[in-house]
Amino acid sequence: MIALQILVDGFAISALYALGAMGFTLIFGVSGVLNLSHGALMVMAAVAAWAASAEYGMGPYAGAALGALCGLAAALVTYFAVVAPIERSRAIPGSEKEIFVLTGTLLWGIMIQQLVAYFFTDNPKTVRPLIEGVIEIAGVRTPKNQLFTAAVCWAVIALLWLFVNRTRAGKVLLAASMNPRGVTLLGHDLGRVHVAVWAIYGGLAGIAGVLLGMFLGVSSYSVGPLTASAFSIVVLGGLGSVTGSLIAAYVVGYLETATAYLISPAYRVIPALLLLVAVMYLRPQGLLGRR
Amino acid sequence: MTLLPVRGLAIALPILVAAALLPLGVSGYILGLLTIAYYFAVFAMAWDLLFGFAGEVNFGPTFLIGLGAYGAGILNSRYELPIPWCLAAGTALAVVGGLALAVPALKVRGPYFGLITLVAVLLLQNMIVVFADVTGGEIGLTVPDVITIDTNTNYWLALGFMAVSGVILTVISRSPAGLILQAAGQDPVVAGALGFNVAKHKIAAFAVSAAFSGLAGGLVVFYMGTASVGTLIDTAVGVQVIIAAVLGGRRTIVGGALGAVFLIAAGELLRPLGALSTFVVSAVALVVILFVPTGLLGLASLRRAQ
Repeated sequence: MIALQILVDGFAISALYALGAMGFTLIFGVSGVLNLSHGALMVMAAVAAWAASAEYGMGPYAGAALGALCGLAAALVTYFAVVAPIERSRAIPGSEKEIFVLTGTLLWGIMIQQLVAYFFTDNPKTVRPLIEGVIEIAGVRTPKNQLFTAAVCWAVIALLWLFVNRTRAGKVLLAASMNPRGVTLLGHDLGRVHVAVWAIYGGLAGIAGVLLGMFLGVSSYSVGPLTASAFSIVVLGGLGSVTGSLIAAYVVGYLETATAYLISPAYRVIPALLLLVAVMYLRPQGLLGRR
Repeated sequence: MTLLPVRGLAIALPILVAAALLPLGVSGYILGLLTIAYYFAVFAMAWDLLFGFAGEVNFGPTFLIGLGAYGAGILNSRYELPIPWCLAAGTALAVVGGLALAVPALKVRGPYFGLITLVAVLLLQNMIVVFADVTGGEIGLTVPDVITIDTNTNYWLALGFMAVSGVILTVISRSPAGLILQAAGQDPVVAGALGFNVAKHKIAAFAVSAAFSGLAGGLVVFYMGTASVGTLIDTAVGVQVIIAAVLGGRRTIVGGALGAVFLIAAGELLRPLGALSTFVVSAVALVVILFVPTGLLGLASLRRAQ
C-alpha cells in the first residue's frame, strides 16, 4: 500500500523536477552557462500566475499562460542584462567568465526574489489548479492535478525531444552544444542560437514554475532550494546530458518521496544530498556526463 | 615582491588607528554594528584566499564558519569548557571540514566543486535541525559564557582580530606559496608542469581559510551569546560574504574587509527602504561585477595608474 503511494506520488514530483532541470541543462549544454537565478525565475512565473488568476481575476488558464510567458520574458532579460554583458566584457579575462556568470546570476536571482517578496509578500502562494478533484489509482487517492502535472511535464519533454531531434532548428541547437565553432562555420549565427536557447529555457522554467505553484505552492523562500535541486539533478545526471537529467530527476524524486513516507518528512532532502556527495567523490562527471 | 606592500600599510595604518579611536566618540549601537562588520570582514578575507587566489568556486563559506561556530558553541553549552578551549576546538573542527572539502576540490573543478560546497552547507543545515537536542535546532544555540559584555572591549577585540587576520592572510597570499597557489588556480596543469606541488598548496589554502573562518565564527558566537542557522549558516549569509569579497575586490584580501564594512554600513543606511534594501545592495554588487570586475579596491588602483 505504502509502496504504491510512494510510486504514484513520486512519479509526479519527479516529472516536475525533470522539467525544471531540463532547461537548466539545455542552456549549460549549448552556451556553457549555469544559471543560478533558475529558482527565482520559476518562483516569479508561479507568483505571476497566482497574481493574475487570484488577485486580478483573469481565470486559471489565462493566469497559467501569463505565468509561463513571464518566465520566458524574465529568462530573456537575464540573458541580455546579465549573461551577455559578462560574456562580451573585455575587462573580465576569459578564464574567469564562468565564475562571473555564476556570481552575476546568483545576484540577479536575489534581486528577483526580493522584488517578488516586496510586491507580493513572502507568504506561500498556491496557484489554483486547472483541474480539480480526486481520482483513485490502484486504491491510492490522488488529486487529478497531480496526474495533470505529470502529463504536462512529459508532453513538454516529448515536444522538446521532437524539436531537438526532428527539426532543422533543433538540430542547429544540438550541433551548437557539440561544436560551437562548427556551427558558425556552417553559417549559423551563434548569438541567435543562444537567444533561442534562452527563450526555450525560459518557457520550460515558466511552465515548471506554474505547475509547481499549482502542485506544492511557492514562496520567495523556495528560490534557493529550487536552484539547488535543479543544480544537483543536473550534476547528478551529468552536466549537459538531457537523458542523464531525466534519470537523475527520478532518482532524486523517488528518494525524497520514499524518505518522507518511510522515515520522516523532516529528513526528506538528506539522502538525496548524501547521494550527490557520494557521486561527486566517486564519479565526478555524473551518471551520464561527457567529461 | 615584498610580503607587505609599504604603500598599502601606509594607507591602512591611519585607518586602523582612527577605527581604534572610534569608541571615544561614537554610540554603542554603531560600535556593535562595526564589531559584526569586522568579524564579517574576516569571513570575506578567508573566502578570498580560496576563491581569489586558489580559484576555487566556494559557495559554502558558511559551512566552515558554521562548523567553527557550532563546534565552539556546543562544547561551551554542554560541557561548559572555558572559552579559549572551545574556540580552539571549533577552529580545529573547521579545519577538518576544510580538509574534507579539499579532497573533492583536487578532483573536480568549477561548477562541480561549487555544487559540493553548496551541498555541504545544506547538509550541515539539515544536521543541525535533525540533532536539535544538541544544537538547539531552528531556534538556535545559547551559550552560557560570553567574552565580555563591555561594548568597547568587544569592539577592540574584533578590530584587532580583523587586523591580525588581514596581515597574516596578506603575507600568505604574497609569499612564494601564495604565488604558487595563484598560478595553480589559474592553470593547474602548467603549475604542475613547472614542478610545483599543486595538491599540497591547495590543501594548505583550504586549511588556512577554514581556520580563520572557523575562529571568526566561534568568536561571533561568544560575542552574541547565541548561534543560529539564520545568522551563521544559511546560504543567504554565504552570499553576503561572497558579495563583500567581490565588491571590495577579489585577489586583494583587504578588499574583503572593505566590502564587509561597506555592506553592513549600506544595509544600515538603506534600512528605511525595508525589504527593498537587499535588492538595492544586490543590484549595486551586480553593477560592480558588470562594470568594475576588479571591485572597489581595483577601481582605486586603476585611478592611481592613470
